[in-house]
Order: sequence, then structure tokens, then C-alpha cells
Amino acid sequence: MSVIDKDTTFLGYRRENGRVGIRNHVIILPLDDLSNAAAEAVAHNIKGAMAIPHPYGRLQFGADLDLHFRTLIGAGCNPNVAAVVVIGIEDGWTQKVVDGIKTTGKPVVGFGIELHGDHDTIMRASKAAKEYVQWASEKQREECPISELWVSTKCGESDTTSGCGANPTVGNAFDKLHPLGNYLCFGETTELTGGEHIVSARCANDDVRKKFQFMFDRYQDVINRHKTSDLSDSQPTKGNIAGGLTTIEEKALGNIQKIGKICTVDGVIDKAEMPTHPGLWFMDSSSAAAEMVTLCAASGYVAHFFPTGQGNVIGNAILPVIKICANPRTVRTMSEHIDVDTTGLLQREISLDQAGDKLLECMLRTANGRLTAAEALGHREFVLTRLYESA
Amino acid sequence: MIHFVLHDAKDTVAVVVVEGVTAGTDMTGWIMDEDKTIKVQAKQDIPIGHKVALKDMAVGDTVIKYGIDMGKVVAGISVGQHAHVHNIKTKRW
Repeated sequence: MSVIDKDTTFLGYRRENGRVGIRNHVIILPLDDLSNAAAEAVAHNIKGAMAIPHPYGRLQFGADLDLHFRTLIGAGCNPNVAAVVVIGIEDGWTQKVVDGIKTTGKPVVGFGIELHGDHDTIMRASKAAKEYVQWASEKQREECPISELWVSTKCGESDTTSGCGANPTVGNAFDKLHPLGNYLCFGETTELTGGEHIVSARCANDDVRKKFQFMFDRYQDVINRHKTSDLSDSQPTKGNIAGGLTTIEEKALGNIQKIGKICTVDGVIDKAEMPTHPGLWFMDSSSAAAEMVTLCAASGYVAHFFPTGQGNVIGNAILPVIKICANPRTVRTMSEHIDVDTTGLLQREISLDQAGDKLLECMLRTANGRLTAAEALGHREFVLTRLYESA
Repeated sequence: MIHFVLHDAKDTVAVVVVEGVTAGTDMTGWIMDEDKTIKVQAKQDIPIGHKVALKDMAVGDTVIKYGIDMGKVVAGISVGQHAHVHNIKTKRW
């Protein structure tokens, strides 16, 4: 008997569009790098508002530009966000982001800096942010069925204990959530290299299989076109190698443990696209931790399982990241970063079922409001994925 | 005490899960999928998280982990030795 079943509930924020979030952020969202300073000034003025600065948005074009808008709009739409103030250099594209977020019904407004200047923009945006923060502070959590919790996963700074312990723990938790009808997500396209046939076999039908193969091959093309070596130190990373991972095949086989033994792969989405039905979704995505978690946030996921070996420290501005670790040296030397200790798995002190339940217990506490280690430590990474150079 | 773990009985390498394994350490290993134990002596110092070879392997041999191909041998390895980037490489890139 697991710690969760179909009658399990959690306390979440029911948003205007019916989606449920587990945080109540009011964000000041810059459209572009020029607007970071104004956004940070607003967040300084209004306690409880959070700026999400980032370095891009100008001269992007084509699919890269589409991804930029999809990521920003998706982040604003995420149910962990109560309200959004958008700031951009000019009104047109600023309004585009506002309109995208408005479809959820949540409070959102935008301000362009041209014709106004930073000072006037900061004043107008601060007035709006104050209103939103006070409004959001009266929002109450309500009881929601566990199946309404969207959970994503990505591993980072993996080593061999990831594949043996932390990743199978996530797989066990996913195997318990999947039958309840949750939306789940995994990705890291290149990091399946060597095990892609295993993922392919788990696809629910040929349509899903074809889409997965397309995404996988497309990313392999990018690697083959640009590589100058066997990618050693990049993928696997220097940290992976220091931890004992030797080849991408080995890393992939460890990575794939995260989808458990029972889950089927029920759908495929491109970067920052929103899934459309319950089940486990594969999202084409980078294996760079902060990039991939940001994509999950943009797709609408509200809680994230992050198994680590050597000790990845990132969090995310709007998606709470739960860190799981089975490496005793990491748990000892970097204890402030770890939420779920599964070192007992590798000493045969706890079973995989017990480890999975430990993670699900932490998930419930996080959903109900408990801050993760990354949140308490102030890790608010928000990193946009780029596809190619700006024009 | 478990010194190293492997997933599948067919695996030719296993992962050291404790600190302090040096040349000469008599190690107990756990085959996770079958819940059985085996014994191997470390022939070199092996850091935590790094792999130990469970069989003698020649250049060109396929290394098996998780019961599956995880790469090729590029320098001969014997049982108990440290198996990593100096003697194993990817087949994919």
C-alpha cells in the first residue's frame, strides 16, 4: 500500500481556468533584457513581488522567437503564478505576452518603456504590482484531488548513484502517480542516447513513437552537425565524469530509470508546449538543468522531482524543485541542498517502494506549502532555451 | 556492508557505493535485480561512484551495464580494476 491513492488530496490554489497551483507568486516578467532593471526595481518596491530577469528577447526570429514567447507566456500562465506584471521595451510585443497570459483569466497587465522611460514605467508597474500582491495575499488554498498535481522530472549533476538509486526512486513514484491520472513529464533528449530504443518501446502507440523518434533524431542532427569531439566533458559533463559516469550510453540508461517500470509514454511535446491529456509526456528539451526545468514550468508543471548525484544546486523561480540523492558523500557535504535522502537504497536498508513513498511524502508536503531546500536557499534560476543566434 | 552494486547479473562492471575502496579491499557486491551478493577484490583504488570491472575485457569488447551495451573497451581491463574514461569510450559520437 502506497502513501497515495485515488482519494489522496492536497491543498492548492484553484486558478480562474480550473488549474491548480501550489505556490502563489506575483511575478514581474521582463519581455526582454532591456526591461530587467525596471522589473527588479518594481520587485524592490513591492514586497512579495518577484522579478524574473533574463538575458534575451531582441532580434530573435523564426522558431527561436516562437519559443521565446511560448516560454514567457507559459511561465505567466503557470498555476503557481497568481498574477503577472509584464514590462517590455515597446508596447506591441509586451501586449502579445499579456494577451497570451490573459487567456487563463488571471490578473495581468503590461507596460512599455518607450515614450515613458524607466522611472515612469517603474511607477506605473509598481502601482499595479502592489494591487496584485495585496489581492493575491487573500487567496486561500482548497482541497484538491492528487490527480490535479502536474509533476515533471529531470536529473542533474548525475553520477552512478543516480542510475542506481535516485532515478529509480523517481520511477517508482511516477509508477504510483501514473495510474491516478496525473500529468507527468520527462525530457533531456540527448541524454537518452544509447537507450532511445527503450523509450521507444514504452511509447503507448505508433503515433507517439513516431513523434518521439522525430524529436530524438532532430536533436542528434544538431549534435552531429556541431560536434568537435565525442562530447566528453559536455555530455556527459565534467561533473558526471568526476562522479564516475563514463559514457552517454551509461548516463542514458540511468536517466531512463526515471520513467519507472510501468509508465507508458503517452504523448510527445516540443519545448515549452502544453500537454493536452493526462499521462507521461516526453518533452524535447535540453539536458541543461535550469533550461529544462524552466521549460517544464512554461509547460504548466507545478512540482518537479530532481534526482542528483554529485549535487546540483539549482531551483526555479516558479516551479518548486525537490532534490533527491542516493550518494552518501553528497548528502553529507551538501546537506542543505537535499530534500529526500535515499542513500539507504544502496546499502539495502530501504526498498525501492519505501524510497518512492519517501519522495511522494515530500511531494505532498511541498504541494501543501512546505518550501523545498532550493526555495529556502533562494535559488530562483529562470533560464531561456535558445535555438540559434539572434539576427 | 555493501561495497558495490550492479543491476543485472550479466553486467561486466559495477558501481562502488562507499568511500575508502583501495587496492586489496575485499568487496561485497549486490546484484539489485536478483537480490543476491557476490565477492570481488579491488586491484586498484576506486573512488565512490566509480566502476569496478567484474571480468577481464579486451580492446573492442562491449561493456555491459543494466544488462545493455554501455560502450566499448579502448584499453585492456582486468577483474577488480578501475573502469572509467581511461579504458572505456562511447560508441555513439
